[in-house]
Amino acid sequence: MPSLKSLKIRIGSVKSTQKITKAMKMVAAAKLRRAQEAAEAGRPYAERLNAVMASLASKITIGPQSPKLLGGTGKSDVHLLVVATSERGLAGAFNSNIVKLARRTADRLIAEGKTVKFYLIGKKGRAVIARLYPGKIVHQVDQSHIKSVGFSDALDVAKDLIHRFEAGEFDVAHLFYAHFRSALLQEPTEQQIIPVSIPIAANDTDQSLAAVEYEPDEEEILAALLPRNVAVQLFRAMLENAASEQGSRMTAMDNATRNAGDMIKRLSIQYNRARQAAITTELVEIISGAEAL
Amino acid sequence: MALHFELVTPEKLMRSEEVHMVVVPGTEGDFGVMQGHAPFMSVIRSGDLVIHKTAGAATTHIRVEGGFAEVNEKGLTVLAERATEAH
Repeated sequence: MPSLKSLKIRIGSVKSTQKITKAMKMVAAAKLRRAQEAAEAGRPYAERLNAVMASLASKITIGPQSPKLLGGTGKSDVHLLVVATSERGLAGAFNSNIVKLARRTADRLIAEGKTVKFYLIGKKGRAVIARLYPGKIVHQVDQSHIKSVGFSDALDVAKDLIHRFEAGEFDVAHLFYAHFRSALLQEPTEQQIIPVSIPIAANDTDQSLAAVEYEPDEEEILAALLPRNVAVQLFRAMLENAASEQGSRMTAMDNATRNAGDMIKRLSIQYNRARQAAITTELVEIISGAEAL
Repeated sequence: MALHFELVTPEKLMRSEEVHMVVVPGTEGDFGVMQGHAPFMSVIRSGDLVIHKTAGAATTHIRVEGGFAEVNEKGLTVLAERATEAH
């Protein structure tokens, strides 16, 4: 039986932990709302770009002369896995879920005899990947100084990726991030970003596109759009990730707060029992002492 | 007669309004878009979008960087990487 004093200290420490988790939950909830708004504000651009890409791609045929970003290098030997995680922990299984998905793909590719490299965005995936795949991390983007992700951040990453692609460092790039479904549900997602997978035009009934004039011609526009598309996909993933991280942290901290509450309840009962027992023994001692006289 | 004009950046929908005319800086020269323009698509260069709210009225300038413009039967949509309103 722990002493009364030690129980009291434990209750105190669990209470202060609960205060912290509760505060973190509320901060995450506030940040989640902002991140969600940012993710929604970015949607019209991505949707329109996709629509335009789809209509352009339906007009040209992919051949050896088409841009590499679209047609690929013709090989698929070296795969680059772009893993986007968060900069901070304490977000439940958020980071480990993304890393787990990336590991599954990496193991599959290695089993197929391909070379796998990692490109990390955010620092939380680093430890696991560095341990399991030593020497395979080519670069890590540090985002700890960024408060809210802007498009220019995504653009920098995209430029770096395209530069590496053109230098022949890899043939295919996959992007891993958590797709934000709701505050309770975030799905780790894999997406191929290089070569660009062209979205299929949603409605072929859109006759108006047939008569569109292009300036410069379709292929040049497409060539200008491809790198931009990579940046937009990255930006979208970063926004989704930011929202998912906050959502995941909110649920994790909510659970932690609840667990702390349960623990306090249990410890208080134990404390009260111990106190009562101490009083009882004291009374028994006094009474038996008085009787002995 | 008004042209529906939308300016979209990756971060947000900046403008969505009815205007008289917009002059867009295309890579192969500036072009003005009014209501009823034929379907058209162009890459834009860095420069100023000039918005004529009504015919003959004072114009608004918005600085845009990189992107493209699309004209369809619904109106004009400018997708810009970056856009800053001049004050």
